[in-house]
Amino acid sequence: MTIRRAVSRAIAGIAMPLLLLAAWSLIAREGWLPDQILPAPGVVLATLKEFIASGDLQDATLISLERVAKGFAAGAVAGLGFGAAIGLSPRLNRLFGPTFLGLAQVPLLAWMPVLILLVGIDEGLKVILIGIATFIPVVLNVAQGFRDVPPALREVGAVLLFDPWSMLTQIVLPAAVPSIFTGLREGLANAWQTVIAVEVFASSEGLGYLMAWGRQLFQLDLVLAVVVVLGVIGFALNWGLARLERRLDRWQVRPA
Amino acid sequence: MKRVLPLLVPLVALAVWEAAARLSHVSHELLPPPEKVAYRLWDGFAHGGMTGDLAASLLRELSGFVIGATGGVALGLLLGLSRPACRLLGPLFLGYRQVALFAWVPLLSMWFGGGEQGKVAFIALAAMAPSAVNTWRGTSALPHSYIELSRVLMFRPLDYVRFVALPGALPAILTGLRSSLIAAWLATVGAELFLDVAPGLGGRMNEGRETFQMDLVLASVVLLGLLGLTFSRLAVAAEKSLLKRRAA
Repeated sequence: MTIRRAVSRAIAGIAMPLLLLAAWSLIAREGWLPDQILPAPGVVLATLKEFIASGDLQDATLISLERVAKGFAAGAVAGLGFGAAIGLSPRLNRLFGPTFLGLAQVPLLAWMPVLILLVGIDEGLKVILIGIATFIPVVLNVAQGFRDVPPALREVGAVLLFDPWSMLTQIVLPAAVPSIFTGLREGLANAWQTVIAVEVFASSEGLGYLMAWGRQLFQLDLVLAVVVVLGVIGFALNWGLARLERRLDRWQVRPA
Repeated sequence: MKRVLPLLVPLVALAVWEAAARLSHVSHELLPPPEKVAYRLWDGFAHGGMTGDLAASLLRELSGFVIGATGGVALGLLLGLSRPACRLLGPLFLGYRQVALFAWVPLLSMWFGGGEQGKVAFIALAAMAPSAVNTWRGTSALPHSYIELSRVLMFRPLDYVRFVALPGALPAILTGLRSSLIAAWLATVGAELFLDVAPGLGGRMNEGRETFQMDLVLASVVLLGLLGLTFSRLAVAAEKSLLKRRAA
């Protein structure tokens, strides 16, 4: 019964995409829309195969992922440090919190013209922008996580006469793990969004650039092929993070 | 002392910035002193057409937001309230969500052009997803007993939406609308920076970057930040007053 239900659910789930694909094929075959507006699915697939065979797609993917890795690592480390500092110390929070929140209101892409003037449009621009994209959600969530440690848990530590270090490592940190993880996940999602944005607009390599290039040549098949690749990578990222989160969930400290 | 503390960091930062601009050899085009940026902002509004840019950007954002958020709430209601629709469209929508937002810019600019239509289409797309996700989550989390009760009361489906689903899911929907507003603002800046030149704050920033006028770029950043702050303040206030009315 449950298997049958799962199968019927899966069929319902792919029915709509298949229907869209059929409509798309029909439109392309009958020539209702010009190729520059909507190339046939077969053409998109052929382009995808061609770019995989030539290795261009893999190269572009690696470049984009490398940028994400660098920017995310920098932003996450800085964000963990700063978030922990303002989360643990009310005084530091009063000092730096409002300034941080104020700066965080600026839409991320608005920093791009500033950074272009300051550091040019090379690798530094991308890594810094991706770093900021990661930093903001990490700080917000980490600080919240440290602030929201259940008082009951702190009291346990106080009763057991924990020194500040044990308090931090045995009580505060484990209790803040879910928030820290949420911050890192949002940071990674932001980093991934940002790398595509920067590459579409100011790059000569990477997946985003491949799309911008396809658009300039009026090759929508290339643009759509990259959309497919981005979907697959996005799915893999989310799936991996969801698995990791389930594993971490066992860790979570719940106040009684 | 408590009141002064938050001002300390910005004041020190301003002082360092001022000192750096005056004492270093970096040209004022690249490192303008703070008062030059402030003057530029004031001058922009007084003589420089900044008001027109601001109005153009806001109008663009609001049109995209209204289209996108309306579509998003409608889609979310459909996904959350109708099981067949959820089975059919849910996976498709989740699949769409996997693709990074800015990947749609090249596609949309081919379909709608890089002018006003393309920009608003992109802003609407950006605003759609957060509203849809939150409305979906909020309506599907409603207790099953509500549906049973409305069956007993013989509500028509539209009555159920109006009297039960919408008020019941209001907190989630409002959260979605707030995220949509922020997403639309980001998309507005992105669209203005990257699509065809048109009046607007993003275009003004581009002009500043191309002509090496850092004071203009920074003045725009300050303005964009203030607007972002205003948006989130307004959204929170609207949310509070709506929820209060619901409770009453």
